[in-house]
Amino acid sequence: MLNRRNFLTAAVGVAATAGLAACAKEDGSPTGSSSGGSKTITLGFSQVGSESGWRTANTDSVKSAAKEAGYKLQFSDAQQKQENQISAIRSFIAQKVDVIAFSPVVVTGWDAVLKEAQTAKIPVVLTDRSVESDESLFVALVGSDFTDEGRRAAKILEKVLEKAGHKGKVKIAQLEGTTGAAPAIERAKGFKEVMDAEHKDDWEIVASQTGDFTRAGGKQVMAAFLQSNPDIDVLFAHNDDMGLGAIQAIEAAGKKPGKDILIVTVDGVKDGFIAMSEGKINAIVECNPLLGPQLMEVVKTVHEGGTVERWIKTKESDFMQDQAKDALPTRKY
Amino acid sequence: MSTPAVTTPSRWRALTHHHLFWPVAVLIALLLVNVPFTPDFFAIRMADGHLYGSLISIVLFGSPLILVAVGMTLVIATGGIDLSVGAVVAITGALTCSYISDQADQNALAGVFLAMGIGLVAAVVCGLWNGFLVARMGIQPIIATLIIMVAGRGVAQLITDGQIITINSEPYKLIGGGYWLTLPFSIFVVAAVVAVTVALTRRTALGLLVESVGGNAEASRLVGIRSRRIKIMVYMFCALCAGIAGLMISSNTSAADGNNAGLWIELDAILAVVIGGTSLLGGRFSIGGTVIGALVIQTLTTTIYTIGVPTQTNLVFKAAVVIVVCLLQSPKFRAKVLGAKGRARTTAPAEPSAPADAAPKMEVSR
Repeated sequence: MLNRRNFLTAAVGVAATAGLAACAKEDGSPTGSSSGGSKTITLGFSQVGSESGWRTANTDSVKSAAKEAGYKLQFSDAQQKQENQISAIRSFIAQKVDVIAFSPVVVTGWDAVLKEAQTAKIPVVLTDRSVESDESLFVALVGSDFTDEGRRAAKILEKVLEKAGHKGKVKIAQLEGTTGAAPAIERAKGFKEVMDAEHKDDWEIVASQTGDFTRAGGKQVMAAFLQSNPDIDVLFAHNDDMGLGAIQAIEAAGKKPGKDILIVTVDGVKDGFIAMSEGKINAIVECNPLLGPQLMEVVKTVHEGGTVERWIKTKESDFMQDQAKDALPTRKY
Repeated sequence: MSTPAVTTPSRWRALTHHHLFWPVAVLIALLLVNVPFTPDFFAIRMADGHLYGSLISIVLFGSPLILVAVGMTLVIATGGIDLSVGAVVAITGALTCSYISDQADQNALAGVFLAMGIGLVAAVVCGLWNGFLVARMGIQPIIATLIIMVAGRGVAQLITDGQIITINSEPYKLIGGGYWLTLPFSIFVVAAVVAVTVALTRRTALGLLVESVGGNAEASRLVGIRSRRIKIMVYMFCALCAGIAGLMISSNTSAADGNNAGLWIELDAILAVVIGGTSLLGGRFSIGGTVIGALVIQTLTTTIYTIGVPTQTNLVFKAAVVIVVCLLQSPKFRAKVLGAKGRARTTAPAEPSAPADAAPKMEVSR
């Protein structure tokens, strides 16, 4: 039953890609022969919103890379609502753009609109976040491996603990991202993976709540955590902004962030690096938003009918406190 | 206002029939729920030169909601509703922070005051627009205020360029995140706004006029009350409250976030007003009830964080509590469930109109 369904969707997918390739050939040759220059590619891009500095940098990167590549960019901001994003994608389909790219707000609920795009023979590229849909409904994902970021956060926490000379039990508080968002789910998963495998006895997550990826959320949740669990050793925040909010809550409780409570965050926005250079964050796992150029390459290849890897991972690194001052001037966002 | 015909007069009875009894009872119950999870929940200690504890946090983080809800109460009392408050919060924060961030010296008092002034003026202009649409153009309040609710957040993002503006201004930090006389400064702001509101509405005829407009705008106009002017005024006041809340929220994190500041606060505010016993039909209101209602919601949020409700079930938990609170507020429900006590009350001949009795009465008696 399931196999048959999968087979059917796969078949539809193959048919659609074949049709697409045919299309590309069809309108490729006449333009090639008539003018010598190819038609400008129109890219429809639907962004999650502008909820953080990271996102803004991501938007800027896509916009400038599209400009540089000479593509026409239809940009739409979903303001963190899935319904906005779905209607944006529908309007891209109606406008018959060449390629659709989007950063899904949440992981589920995309099948219908992606099928519409497929029927209209418009290839879809995901950026930054993935979806739980049939694989045939999108051609590629350009973005970070959030699960790996969670693993890297756990690994760098080992270093942070060693450096701080912390011995014995480690009580961890976790500030999760928006409930249901891929980075929140996967960063938590990756972190827990390493924790369960290597620190089953000594690490413990004593409190975990969503801070919605915002500073205000991080501050409020951390303030409550500090009351219910006064002996927290480590804070793992799914993004810098929540970490920055939590720092204020920790200071209000009369504790020293980065000393009394060790802090590891993900992202690496400028404000995060500033806090790290002040000694308030211990380590940052970078999640690189500057994926514009990589996205444009994929768009070009896909439009020409070529094949791309399913998952094009962005280039990223990890930073400890002593690297913060050197890295700070180079942070663009 | 007649007191219920009491055949067995007892203090308990008088207490349970007070219009603030159920909101206060729920607030106390919610606070007590925290004790098993946070043993020193009620403890307040000194930290870093100021008082610190769960109760302080609740008031500090609940301050913006109290302000917005107080403004909302008056709008609802005129039979209206204001959905734009969240967007006004975002606009005020964005304008103020972007002005401060352009200053050479972000700590200069003059600059900070001017920035706050600009933000609040913008807020009041939003309120004036809402009031104009509702009172002069006769547009349904829910539609009229929806305009700024949707467009306002876009305006806020336009002001901030879609960025989160981080500022480093000590004086500005005081309003929403600072401490004065060992207490959060926002408590004093809230206390001042609530005191002024209560004084204006209960010590002068203004409250009566607002209620009369809410009860029947046309009749009020015919007896000589300028009902349109009253309506415009309450929308402006509501926006001003939202503006002050916007200053607090942005000051609390020292950052203006056009996208998330005050997101959904309008819904929490309406909820707070309802929990406080103000009828959405307009015509009567209770400022004290609203303050309690806002504290109930903030305590509920804090409770969710401290008792470790799994994140996926946060909203379900919240909804369940809200349903219980609303049911407890309903005299009909209480009569059915609490049985005999309620029956005795309904057979009392004092008040024949059952629906009018559905919510506690609140007139100029305060």
